[in-house]
Amino acid sequence: MSMIEDVKVLRNVPLFSSLDDSKLKLLSFTGKWVKYQPGDNLCVEGEKGEDAFVILEGEVDVTVGGKHGPILVNNHGAGVMVGEIAIVCDVPRTATVTAKNDLVVLKITKEVFMQLIRGYPEVAIAVIRELALRVNDGVRIALRNETI
Amino acid sequence: MESSIYKYILRHSRKEQVLILLATMLSMPLIYYSLEIPKLIINQAIGGDGIPASIQGVEVTQINYLLLLCCAYLLLTVVNGGIKYHLNVYRGVLSERMLRRMRYTLYSRVLRFPIPYFKRISQSEVVPIITAETEPLGGFISDAFALPAFQGGLLVTYLAFIFNQDIFLGFAATAIYPLQLYVIPKLQKKVNELSRRRVLTVRSLASRIGEAFAGNTEIRTLDTSKYERAEISSRLGSLFEIRKEIYQRKYFIKFLNNFLNQITPFFFYLVGGYFVIKGQLSLGALIAVLAAYKDLAGPWKELLKYYQIKEDVRVKYAQIISQFEPRSIIDERLIDSESVTNTPLQGALQVNGLTYEDDNGIKHIDGVSFEVPVSQHMAIVGPSGGGKDELARLIVGLVVPTRGQIKLNGANMAELPVALTSRHMSYAGQGAYLFNGSVLDNIYYGLKNQPHDAEQVDFDHDRREAKRTGNSLFDIRSQWINLEVAGVQSDTALEARAIDMLSVVELESDIYELGLRSKLTRNTNAALEEKLLYARQLLSSELVSFGLSHLVELFDYNEYNTNAPVADNLLFGVPRDSSTTIHELIRHPYVLDTLSHNGLLDELVQSGRKAAETMIELFSDLPPGHEFFNQFSFISSDELPQYKLLLGRIDVDGIGSITAEERDKFLSIALLLVPTQHRLGIIDDAIQQRLVHARHRLSDRMPSELRGLIALFNANHYSRASSVQDNILFGKLAFGQANAEERIGELIRSVIEEVGIYRDVMRLGLSYDVGIGGASIPVAQRQKLALARALIKDTDMVVIDDAISVLENDAQQRIMTNVRRLCSDRGLVWTLTQESLAENFNQVLTIEKGKLVERSTNIE
Repeated sequence: MSMIEDVKVLRNVPLFSSLDDSKLKLLSFTGKWVKYQPGDNLCVEGEKGEDAFVILEGEVDVTVGGKHGPILVNNHGAGVMVGEIAIVCDVPRTATVTAKNDLVVLKITKEVFMQLIRGYPEVAIAVIRELALRVNDGVRIALRNETI
Repeated sequence: MESSIYKYILRHSRKEQVLILLATMLSMPLIYYSLEIPKLIINQAIGGDGIPASIQGVEVTQINYLLLLCCAYLLLTVVNGGIKYHLNVYRGVLSERMLRRMRYTLYSRVLRFPIPYFKRISQSEVVPIITAETEPLGGFISDAFALPAFQGGLLVTYLAFIFNQDIFLGFAATAIYPLQLYVIPKLQKKVNELSRRRVLTVRSLASRIGEAFAGNTEIRTLDTSKYERAEISSRLGSLFEIRKEIYQRKYFIKFLNNFLNQITPFFFYLVGGYFVIKGQLSLGALIAVLAAYKDLAGPWKELLKYYQIKEDVRVKYAQIISQFEPRSIIDERLIDSESVTNTPLQGALQVNGLTYEDDNGIKHIDGVSFEVPVSQHMAIVGPSGGGKDELARLIVGLVVPTRGQIKLNGANMAELPVALTSRHMSYAGQGAYLFNGSVLDNIYYGLKNQPHDAEQVDFDHDRREAKRTGNSLFDIRSQWINLEVAGVQSDTALEARAIDMLSVVELESDIYELGLRSKLTRNTNAALEEKLLYARQLLSSELVSFGLSHLVELFDYNEYNTNAPVADNLLFGVPRDSSTTIHELIRHPYVLDTLSHNGLLDELVQSGRKAAETMIELFSDLPPGHEFFNQFSFISSDELPQYKLLLGRIDVDGIGSITAEERDKFLSIALLLVPTQHRLGIIDDAIQQRLVHARHRLSDRMPSELRGLIALFNANHYSRASSVQDNILFGKLAFGQANAEERIGELIRSVIEEVGIYRDVMRLGLSYDVGIGGASIPVAQRQKLALARALIKDTDMVVIDDAISVLENDAQQRIMTNVRRLCSDRGLVWTLTQESLAENFNQVLTIEKGKLVERSTNIE
């Protein structure tokens, strides 16, 4: 897989949708292309996070620890970014991400991600929008739970 | 130290001074005769006037007499020269011995300085005192008595002659002396004051230069180099002014002295002339007196010169010792004591009304009292600057209480010799210093209290000389490491203990990594290389059996390694030593020639160009100096515009238009490309195949001088040009495989253990040089290493003064648990800023503003 193919996937990541091709190539070049075997953990809940992952090929399961073992909360495929919250907010990983099948991701280190935000206001705005949406979702869910 | 230089000289070289004086006196008649004999030769032997008829009954002819006198002259010259030679050598040696003694004394005193004193003096002031300022004193010492005695003797002789001729003339000759003796010291006093100031100015200059070294980063980042230079310039200026004034005054004294000397003949002419005219003195006598007076000038001048040097040296000596006499310097006996007992420490640590004030009168510890059994684990917590650090330092006796006392099993700490305290307690502080040397040297540093084979050393030349100058009688080549201090019986056990301590402070894996990354040197044994080769085989078979082959791409002469740069692939090797780079090797005419044969060189240049184009596309929007340039780009931000222009020109004029230098730049970029890392799709399968062909062609006819520079990858040979790890791996870690590094790291570790070379690898890591002050290793490792150095000693108590403060909390906690387990049967005192870490200690003391505000006991 080369940079050109990475760019095709990255273009579909909401966070990067406003970036032009040369920025996506920069992201691909500065990121680390990593293959995982099924069952490998990308990150573990509660640990310190240093990287975000863009799924290029394959799928991941997102789980959180429950009283009776891990609870599957989500499942993502190509074109999704996971793990960016931990590196923007400096909080421990909120969930465990596991490769479901043969997985290829673009690993973006905290450093590169921050540099990207600093260098490109459009990325910063996209991150803010994404976070705001999640907060909004969270608030809505919380309100709904309260009314029940 | 002796209060004046004369006392110092007399105390340490009385015998030698007398000897020099005697030899000088003895040589005087010889000198006299060597002047007398030529006169005899001319007047008697040659002139034939007054030849004795016979000498001791032997008849003498004129020729014989000439021969005899000439031989006597020759003999005298030889004897005189010999005496002079020996006297000079003797004086030189004496000077050097006294210098050696003085430097040693000063250095010894530095080691006896009370610890707080070090805060007030600058290292860059003290170092030149010991090395440079003492130098002129040495030269003076050998002349201190002989010169004034000799010149004074001459002066007195001449004066006696004059007084003998005529008492009035004698008074005339010495008429000016009282004036000179009064005026010159007055003038000299001012010069002394100036030279005192000069010494101080030079010292503060040295200290300021020292600060520029310590604060180099600050000066650069805060851009204060202009300010610093102005500062130094002003100091140099005042130094210049002082020096100028010294010259003016010194030479004025000389001038005045000469002038006054010239005045004296005035009296001779007047007084002597008067007496001659009156007929009371013969003209001959006046002339003789005038001649004698001329001779007076020589010794007088020498004495004046001596006086000026003496004054200078006197001032310098006083200035030197003033720095080395702090109040409350540690008693010599406490430092030098050899009495070391092995009786374990019992009883309690009693602290009674302990108060500690620093030199500015600030109370750091104020009336603290407590008592704990020495075997307990005690935490001292409190805010930084609240006095807990001082308390720890007081407990180990680093600083002396102002009031109150600390008793260890009933004995007053302040009176215990250092050798005993250090056997009972080990200490690790916050700013622990590492010495230049290997990791192991530093761990063992605290075991080198005293050589244990001291008695066996012969009384050889070095030792005799050392004894003569009051230097250390211990031989640095002796066996210094004392196993019993570490509580072990053998060297092997000591090494094991050192590794244990490293694991206690969580440094073992770091040192192991250092070992893996180090290269074997020429003098390591061949057996280890054999074992490492075996480890290589084992690893490659285990990679297959564990299904991890995809994590490592092994070197294969017939395959392109997609995880290695183009350059490594081409040469199939690395430079044999670090003085040549792989790029230089590829620029060798033979390599370039082979590459250009079938157009591969052009293709590589094109690849470099393509990579450069991508770099421009990716990075040209970034602000210059952006972090990404350093981390990711093949082209620096400075070069970017240049490349842009170049690529634009190629688009218009074609690749054929570029210069040799520009081709070279593209080639350099191409050589760096790693297909799996950069994923630019430039080094494709076709080029890879051609590069492997080129590799084969290159190695077929490689000239021997080039071959000598390359360490080829060879599956059956150990390569000293590569690290231990690279040798075991014999390939490249695959890029883009999750956790490849960790998994392979684990596999290498298990292989190393299987082959039984873990100790060897650790030994390599332990031989890593930490640099001056440990500058070559990170601060965290420095603190850990310093802690290991304290822990390896098998002491009854360990005092840890916030010694791992730079580590993160959980690491601190883990190490603390390890240390507490290690010290389960020993006492432990640990100062902490964070109270949360102090849980589980038997005793917790809280010190705030110098007072003991809380004490909790927690005995399981």
